[in-house]
Amino acid sequence: MQNPYLPYPVRIDEIITETEDKNLKTFKLVFLNPDDEEKFSYMPGQFAELSVAGKGEIPIGIASSPTEKGFLKFTVNKVGLVTTCLHSMKAGDIIGVRGPLGRHTWDTLKGKNVVIIGGGFAFTTLRSSIIYMLDPLNRMNFKKIHVIYGARSPGMLLYRDELAEWETRDDINMHITVDGTDDPDWKYNVGFVPTITEQKAPPGNSDTYALICGPPIMIKFTQPVLDKLGYTHNHIIMSLEMRMKCGIGICGRCNIGKEYVCKDGPIFTLAELDNMPKEY
Amino acid sequence: MKYINIDKKNWANGLENLYGNYRLFGPVKNNKHHVLKELSKGELPDLNYINTLLSPKSIVFPQSETMFEYSLDESKEDHHILKEINKDYSPRALIGIRPCDAASFLLVKRNFDTPEYKDPYWLSAYEATIFIGLACSDPCSTCFCTSAGCGPFHEDGLDLLLVDEGENFIAKILTPRGENFIKSAGWETEADHMAAKKTIKNMKMKAEEKIASFVSTDQLKNKSTIDLYAAPFWEEIAFACINCGTCTYGCPTCWCFDIQDEVSKSSGIRMRNWDSCMYPLFTIHGTGYNPRNTKVQRVRQRFMHKLKYYVDKYGDGIQCVGCGRCIRLCPVNIDIRRICDIMNNYDSRSRLET
Repeated sequence: MQNPYLPYPVRIDEIITETEDKNLKTFKLVFLNPDDEEKFSYMPGQFAELSVAGKGEIPIGIASSPTEKGFLKFTVNKVGLVTTCLHSMKAGDIIGVRGPLGRHTWDTLKGKNVVIIGGGFAFTTLRSSIIYMLDPLNRMNFKKIHVIYGARSPGMLLYRDELAEWETRDDINMHITVDGTDDPDWKYNVGFVPTITEQKAPPGNSDTYALICGPPIMIKFTQPVLDKLGYTHNHIIMSLEMRMKCGIGICGRCNIGKEYVCKDGPIFTLAELDNMPKEY
Repeated sequence: MKYINIDKKNWANGLENLYGNYRLFGPVKNNKHHVLKELSKGELPDLNYINTLLSPKSIVFPQSETMFEYSLDESKEDHHILKEINKDYSPRALIGIRPCDAASFLLVKRNFDTPEYKDPYWLSAYEATIFIGLACSDPCSTCFCTSAGCGPFHEDGLDLLLVDEGENFIAKILTPRGENFIKSAGWETEADHMAAKKTIKNMKMKAEEKIASFVSTDQLKNKSTIDLYAAPFWEEIAFACINCGTCTYGCPTCWCFDIQDEVSKSSGIRMRNWDSCMYPLFTIHGTGYNPRNTKVQRVRQRFMHKLKYYVDKYGDGIQCVGCGRCIRLCPVNIDIRRICDIMNNYDSRSRLET
């Protein structure tokens, strides 16, 4: 019997400090056993449990794309016991990865316009989605791609080199924004994500899906904007967070109604969430 | 179906014969209560009991269970890599469990044995276990098994059902595993088929008549989850609750667990422990935000899970077998029978009219 609780051993290959507050680091992980990489076959939007021997596990969205071979990337905010330990680790250290976990919705998105709306450090699985869609083998499967991504300040944006590179491309429409900045050279938007969404996002129609990931406050104020733009609730796709342990729908804590966020989510359409208790 | 007559004079001998082939577990009296424990050689289960204080779920799902071990010593080649450990999954027999408790394993199995994922610890222990039931002739006042999908002589989940006739047991063989168990014990006297069947039928009828309390569950699946969730009665139901979690620890169908690491010097284990939806730590986020921050939310979660979410998820009744432990053990007299009826009879429209 395969043990779904057993992590694959991985080596930390590289650690990148992403933000000016140094609270977000990206961990590039390489499987110790090459066969495990094949078994870990994932899609953007899924997550994994990162396992630190002696500390425990944490559920983290996968920031790399399946089109990037040879490694996995996770961007981790320093919050609790496991993440604090991870932040003190060094390249070469051994940890574990268990997954991929959760479902994804890429069948729905094929042939559609995709509008990505992200805020703060919840941009990780959205990065995965962008890299995946921009891959030369996948780009023709999607129509227009819009990205609205905001952070408190320029130094709090994740993946700044990649953002700059996407800005120069003509096959993706980038709308980067910050809440505020005193940088005179800042050449992108200033304003909260809901405002920029209202100004830049294409109107909703049956061919367009919005993917939203961000702090609750951003989601709360972006939703009325999307309603105004004509997005129906089954065209708004969101990713939820919950305290998790097993990640496979067994240990019982991450339910909303009868759905487990770890296994039946973490991706839900707003239409699905409308029929679930507001307990998240 | 085969019936065997076990003269109680041969009971101890039979168990003695079984001892080498099975690990035997049964109820024994411990001060005030009956508890389940592994029987040592020659130790007899005490079958003169109503039911065990806690459910038998720990035989398959221990309260604390080691999952993996690892070394943190960097001079070892496999340091920081989690390793599976060997566990004793040799055949074990659970002797004398009540039919309600036996039925609970089937409800819980749905959680641990899913199309996508199999829980290897629960399933290996479950598959290693043979379930020897003891029919209830004297149910207690908190039992409501007959309206919770089972009954005092219920056979689902059992390999063998023992019916106590005073001087002897009638053993009804329900599975090939049950038959092997009987053979291994050396109990060979076949009972007269028709007579045994008739005796059991009569005793069953009498036992069922003694069940004095019931729940109504017929409307639960038709109710809207959102309506029940938003219903006004939760405040009142949760008012007295002290969130002690006793209900969840005693319950045969509560399966939630936590996963923790424990380290001593340079070696560590990953283990799982029973957890409870009654506790705030069960759902608190790393940020400090807690989607079930209040007692009312947590009490609602427990009853909604058992009586609505489970009903909707599996379409086969409530996540409760009517053993009555949570009623007997609750320090503030919260009664699932009352809550089940409130939920089953709730009409959100009549609420708007009043």
